[in-house]
Amino acid sequence: MADTLTNHVSARGLRAPRFSLRQREAIEAWLFVSPTVVGFLLFFLGPLVAVVYFSLTEWNLLTQQSTFVGIDNYVDALSRNPDFWHVLRNSFVFALGLVPLNMSLALMLALALSRPFRGVVFFRTIFFAPVVTSAVAWAIVWKFLLQGEAGAVNQLLAVVGIDGPNWLREPDWAMVAVIVTRVIKMVGLNMILYIAALQAIPRDYEAAARLEGASNWQIFRMVIWPLLAPTTLVIFVITMIGSFKVFDHIYLMTGGGPENGTLVLAFYIYEQGFKFFNVGYASALAMIMFVIVLALTVVQMILRRRDMQ
Amino acid sequence: MTLTTRQTRLISRTCLTLALLVVAVPFVFPFLWMVSSGFKSATEIFGQPSLIPRVWRWQNYIEVFEYQPFARQYFNSLYIAVTVTVLTLVISSLAGYALARMRFAGAGLLMLFLLSALMVPEEVTIIPNFFLIRWMGLMDTHAPLILLPVFGSHGVMATFLMRQYFLAIPKELEEAGKMDGLSRFGIWWRVALPMSRPALAAVSIITFLFSWNLFLEPLVFISSLERFTLPLALSNFTDSYGLPLWHLQLAATSLAVVPILIVYLIAQRQIIESFALSGVKG
Repeated sequence: MADTLTNHVSARGLRAPRFSLRQREAIEAWLFVSPTVVGFLLFFLGPLVAVVYFSLTEWNLLTQQSTFVGIDNYVDALSRNPDFWHVLRNSFVFALGLVPLNMSLALMLALALSRPFRGVVFFRTIFFAPVVTSAVAWAIVWKFLLQGEAGAVNQLLAVVGIDGPNWLREPDWAMVAVIVTRVIKMVGLNMILYIAALQAIPRDYEAAARLEGASNWQIFRMVIWPLLAPTTLVIFVITMIGSFKVFDHIYLMTGGGPENGTLVLAFYIYEQGFKFFNVGYASALAMIMFVIVLALTVVQMILRRRDMQ
Repeated sequence: MTLTTRQTRLISRTCLTLALLVVAVPFVFPFLWMVSSGFKSATEIFGQPSLIPRVWRWQNYIEVFEYQPFARQYFNSLYIAVTVTVLTLVISSLAGYALARMRFAGAGLLMLFLLSALMVPEEVTIIPNFFLIRWMGLMDTHAPLILLPVFGSHGVMATFLMRQYFLAIPKELEEAGKMDGLSRFGIWWRVALPMSRPALAAVSIITFLFSWNLFLEPLVFISSLERFTLPLALSNFTDSYGLPLWHLQLAATSLAVVPILIVYLIAQRQIIESFALSGVKG
């Protein structure tokens, strides 16, 4: 016993390591994560702190000076600038139009395409194709298709006797158009998430319910839908956040118009920051967006925790 | 006459297929119309609509390259996407490995910090990042288009994806590597990485597409035509009044989209699975 102990000590003494094994592992681990940490601090956390500070200042572009103005920019947005509430309303209209449409279509497609049948791969491939396509290309093509009388969509509608509106030139129709084309672009993603969730449900559940004489609708309502709840929650939050981030789609299809009818929060931030150089005000807007997204994430976490209990 | 179960099944199958075909129209039609219009003349585009051009105007595809340095812009997108992909693979798999396999003080806190970055849209930090990049003297260069995706929320998502995958690798394999005298770095390179090809492939696919389709960052940081990336270039086919030159714009858009679509059609299974794995938009 004493022998092994001295052996051990002398072996250690020979190598004379400066760090214990655990310390060494910690140092190595920090080396492994160091690029991520440095990048994270520099391009994410730093800017996030900076945007809080910027939002409390007023920048003068001529003198390149910034003065501390406290919560003035927030007051400006929330009570003085009529644009803000209009923009926020647009963002919510966009989200509340897009999310239910996207999710219900995704679920229906997933229900149709979660079981093998002839053509299932063909349809999945088609419905997912817009997801891999660039938002810019998608927006350009749909802008082309949705032109007034000359647009292909209206020409098609004319064939069945419908006189289509000038989609992107009328505020309300423009909102409808950007929502629907965005749903077509992104629905494939939620569809495959739902398909994965559906395929993870054991077939016995359904068979058992069927033996007890449950109809298709009852099986969906009582068995499948409750089992999909965690997936639905995740999809809801991802889609909701995604709809608040939407920028390129709107930038290219309507440019926020007509009459600011599709001016949404992400676009407004860009416009204020990079077109009008209202850095303080744009930063306050960015903070408001941050809070909205954070609130959504927190809601998801609370619901998830409740779900697990 | 009552129908047999087989017959009802056949009928419901047919109805389902027909319904899916109708729903598929707005998914497929834009692609067909885009390619077809890219071959039309500026006048035919606004004439009687037809899916097959009356006169195939191949010249559009030459004019696309004459109108702006489109070949250069195409190359920019390509090399930036490849660079972003390679850097993301290295950096996210290093960090993902440490977070999955190594014990170190601060790991929990680091995870929490990184998780918080996942959900934050780039619009929130783009203004300070603009000043940071300007201060670094990197305006109108491709550096921000590489740095921001690699270290932004997309890179963090890749890190978590890699971590998830490393967690599933049996520890015994790494122990064997350790016995053979491999360092931590050696285990990462020779054992962990070769074992995680599916995860690396998934990260590559979604990262490449993420970079290829990036729009806000190029719009904010790039001003010279020859440094444009594809999405910027596509939006730039306009006449002197700022109105789109549709025939050129759609020809250029076809050039940008069709190669991606072809790769997608060949590897659709792999690509769709990659997105399912990451659960985020590309």
